[in-house]
Amino acid sequence: MPDQLLFAIEVTLNGLMAGVLYALVALGFVLIFKASGIFNYAQGVMALFAALTLVGIMDGQVPFEHLINAVFGTDIHGFGWEVPALLAILLTMVVMIAFAWAVNWIVLRHLVGQEPIILFMATIGLAYFLEGLGDMMWGADIKTLDVGLPQGINTTIDEATFNMFGYGFFIDNLDITATIIAAVLVAVLVAFSQYTKQGRALRAVADDHQAALSVGISLNFIWVLTWSIAGFVALVAGIMWGAKSGVQFSLSLIALKALPVLMLGGFTSIPGAIVGGLIIGVGEKLFEFLVGPLVGGATENWFAYVLALIFLVFRPQGLFGERIIERV
Amino acid sequence: MKDTAESYVTEDGRTIGEVILDLRGITLRFGGVEAIKNISFDIRKGEIRAIIGPNGAGKSSMLNVISGFYNPQEGEVWFRGERRPPMKPYQVARAGVARTFQNIALFEGMTVLDNIMTGRLNDMSAGLLAQAIWKGKAEREEIENRERAERIIDFLEIQHIRKTPVGRLPYGLKKRVELARALVAEPDLLLLDEPMAGMNVEEKEDMSRYILDVNDELGTTIALIEHDMGVVMDLSDRVVVMDYGRKIGDGTPDEVRGNQEVIDAYLGVAHD
Ligand SMILES: Nc1ncnc2c1ncn2[C@@H]1O[C@H](COP(=O)(O)OP(=O)(O)OP(=O)(O)O)[C@@H](O)[C@H]1O
Ligand SMILES: [Mg+2]
Repeated sequence: MPDQLLFAIEVTLNGLMAGVLYALVALGFVLIFKASGIFNYAQGVMALFAALTLVGIMDGQVPFEHLINAVFGTDIHGFGWEVPALLAILLTMVVMIAFAWAVNWIVLRHLVGQEPIILFMATIGLAYFLEGLGDMMWGADIKTLDVGLPQGINTTIDEATFNMFGYGFFIDNLDITATIIAAVLVAVLVAFSQYTKQGRALRAVADDHQAALSVGISLNFIWVLTWSIAGFVALVAGIMWGAKSGVQFSLSLIALKALPVLMLGGFTSIPGAIVGGLIIGVGEKLFEFLVGPLVGGATENWFAYVLALIFLVFRPQGLFGERIIERV
Repeated sequence: MKDTAESYVTEDGRTIGEVILDLRGITLRFGGVEAIKNISFDIRKGEIRAIIGPNGAGKSSMLNVISGFYNPQEGEVWFRGERRPPMKPYQVARAGVARTFQNIALFEGMTVLDNIMTGRLNDMSAGLLAQAIWKGKAEREEIENRERAERIIDFLEIQHIRKTPVGRLPYGLKKRVELARALVAEPDLLLLDEPMAGMNVEEKEDMSRYILDVNDELGTTIALIEHDMGVVMDLSDRVVVMDYGRKIGDGTPDEVRGNQEVIDAYLGVAHD
């Protein structure tokens, strides 16, 4: 096989795995948008916050350490223990559920029936609040996250491809793990929505609020549930991304990568988020590989948006959305 | 007969029982508009109770008060012998009151069967965790609910559209699916807001028959709003007449038909 083709295949594989992460973040948006019509600007910050909380709990940090020390003149530096990753993940999930509950009871409950733009604004406020809260609780320094996921080049694939093509593919174990976990997560979410009563209730709320109320579904319960699931998805994305590039503010910017995915896949489609994520992941890596050298590189910054824009022009409803034809 | 507390048997042999819902002095305002003005009436177990009146009389508002979508500023709602505190619609639904809407509220993206299955959601006895851990119970419940849904589907003769997405159905069938979803909850009280609006004569006859069958065979207590006087006179045991938010008549179809105020306000208008 010619070298160029081999490189292209390697790039495609890496793109697929990056795409899985984009899809995961996009999924968080889709879940909340479907259930409540809210475009949750805070989704990226939720991933950051979840990752911060996870690291903080694992390292035995005392929440609000700086604040406590400043107010009470104490000199606390951590609990002095370490929490095993699995337990810490569970505890973080509890925090994310508490957050979901608080968002609904303190903010969204009072905004029922408001214009979407108002709700959107509320989530912008929420995003900055959460960012500040994360800083205050766990400190603003860059942290490394190591929950024990395998990392580094996958030697099996490297050797196998070397023996076959004379060129070893560089595929990171972390990417493989992330892909598997994301796939499992998506399968679990689909099973949940198709086969459990709460999943059915969730689909009902996503379809029609009045009808859902009339069959005995509590909208508040469903909203807390969706925000919790979105919190869980954010946590998974935060773990993957955090393990890859450290836990720092830039983690919240993965939300920006989810936007073109949503434009491509449609805001209400779960398969759309997945396929959209993969297309963008592969597209941007391949484009950078093929066209990047010709135009001086750095195409990854804008490629996704341009692709999404072109897509919008021809299919504004997204890949799987229903075409909207205005009645006149 | 209607003023006594005891149950009685109708001409066609159905037993009408004790008062199941009692509305006392209900007043509902929207800003300055009084949609319901100090209205009282009751609904007895097993009967078909009609609410009629010209457009804007406040009929839908009344149904919305009963189903918890609106909370009245004044008055009391007594349900099954107990005074009901202000409730959310989903709580009223779980307490055994099912309803349909004047403008149809279905889950357009779901199939007919899935829509009807949502009618069983108010019986969420298996929690989420229990469903994951103790699959057997959840599965048994699902199968039971499925059987109930199928029975209602047979009852309303919509087998042929079981798997059709509701969004694709014609209006008349949607109304029937909405009725099915309400029925599958096995409600103590069923509220129907203009179940025959916009239907042709044949569809109306079908729907009338279904409503009678539901009441007769399933023993469901029904309150319904309907504009077609012929239908109302045929179906209902007792009729409440509303006009501009006031109650202007209450009694058997014959009594109401002979009421001068009703004739002036409502029948008179309708027969112009
Ligand atoms: N949500 C609401 N907000 C403000 N006003 C309302 C609301 N719902 C009903 N109304 C007003 O209350 C009055 C009664 O309306 P309602 O819908 O109960 O009448 P109706 O008897 O059902 O009429 P129709 O036969 O046209 O369905 C009307 O003046 C209506 O404009
Ligand atoms: Mg009405």
